[in-house]
Amino acid sequence: MQTMNIKLTINTKRHEMDVDVRKSLMDLLRELGYSSVKHGCGVGECGACTVLVDDIPIDSCLYLATWANNAEIRTTEGECRDGKLSSVQEAYVEEGAVQCGFCTPGLIMTTTSFLEKNKGKDLSREEIKRGHAGNLCRCTGYQTIINAVETASKNG
Amino acid sequence: MFPIEKYHYAESVKDAVEALAADEKAKIIAGGTDVLVRLHGGNSDYGCLVDINGLSELKEIRMDGEGNVFIGSLATFTEIMDHELIKKYVPVIGESLATIGGPQVRNSGTMGGNICNGAVSADSACAALVHEFDLVIEGPDGERVESINGFHTGPGRTILKKGDLLKSFCVRPQHYKGFSASYYKYAMRGAMDIATIGCGAAVKMDGELIETLKLAFTVAAPTPIRCRNAEKAMENKTITEESLQSMTDALEEDVKPRDSWRASKDFRLHLIRTLAKKVTRQAAKNQGGSC
Repeated sequence: MQTMNIKLTINTKRHEMDVDVRKSLMDLLRELGYSSVKHGCGVGECGACTVLVDDIPIDSCLYLATWANNAEIRTTEGECRDGKLSSVQEAYVEEGAVQCGFCTPGLIMTTTSFLEKNKGKDLSREEIKRGHAGNLCRCTGYQTIINAVETASKNG
Repeated sequence: MFPIEKYHYAESVKDAVEALAADEKAKIIAGGTDVLVRLHGGNSDYGCLVDINGLSELKEIRMDGEGNVFIGSLATFTEIMDHELIKKYVPVIGESLATIGGPQVRNSGTMGGNICNGAVSADSACAALVHEFDLVIEGPDGERVESINGFHTGPGRTILKKGDLLKSFCVRPQHYKGFSASYYKYAMRGAMDIATIGCGAAVKMDGELIETLKLAFTVAAPTPIRCRNAEKAMENKTITEESLQSMTDALEEDVKPRDSWRASKDFRLHLIRTLAKKVTRQAAKNQGGSC
């Protein structure tokens, strides 16, 4: 087994470890207990495993754990601080944008980075759809999710 | 766990080239959005990897004093799309890349990978062809420059040889100055899809006359292609329904679409004719033409 020593920060907590070079970031995060990171399609189509690497959303199933060396990772667990939900998480609850919940952590991370990148912009529903095209939801039909992004955009 | 048998994390371009040259089975991994999907599917052709993600010099996007725009092979689609130089001088590149996958895939995938994996449907290929990219390649014998014209040799095949590493794309000023361009991807879905047909056009206008047209397609032949017959048919013509019709007649000599489960040959031909007109008009419009 070939390993590489990596240092990374996950939700502000620093880690250093030897990681198997064959491992995805998704598997690493799940093994460390970050179970919000969901194993969906495994091929970058559903977005359920979306996390932020240095504030950029990526599919962690298509990302080698070794690439996270020296990076800051954010998962949905870390968006909730001192027991308080982030404005994005709050908006998803408020708009009923969660049904079975499997896609939700990935979507929360996509929305979080989408709104950080487009801060202060007046976003159309079409722009929101394009910005979330990498996340599938099989329950909601997306309307409530788009509503939640609009609400978070106003409240953020 | 991906079925990776051998993994080499390249420390320099030289190190990557040596590792690639030393092992017959070695393949480059860059953004991983193709290679890791294939490994996930158990494809053993990708078991020996040379990882180039540590080579930050390959991420650079810059312009030199002569107006050559360089795009590092490891720059992600998003980094290219968001870059001011690209928006200002060669916007069709960003417009093309915006049609790829979804945000997460564009944040990882690279244009180097999109061109070098030889995909017939590569969304960056039309922009590369109409702006006649040069490819700066490091090989075991040193650096050389190849043109995108002739780079693709078949489905999944390119002229790259063992030990070759694409370092950057170079867009020369004579291939973008005075040109305006457009790209249209026809796919079944608005995102997360592969092109049924992709069409790119760049035009240089002389008043209302098309002085030069460069027209390219993906999925219209076994490789991404330039359409020389169609281009010639449009030279020194104004854009009218008649001139566009004679261009699409000439175009049939250039293309060779096929039947697949995605679309029939007839439907692809229909798309090719329709998009050639639409995209040529749009490219001219982008230059202020009155069509």
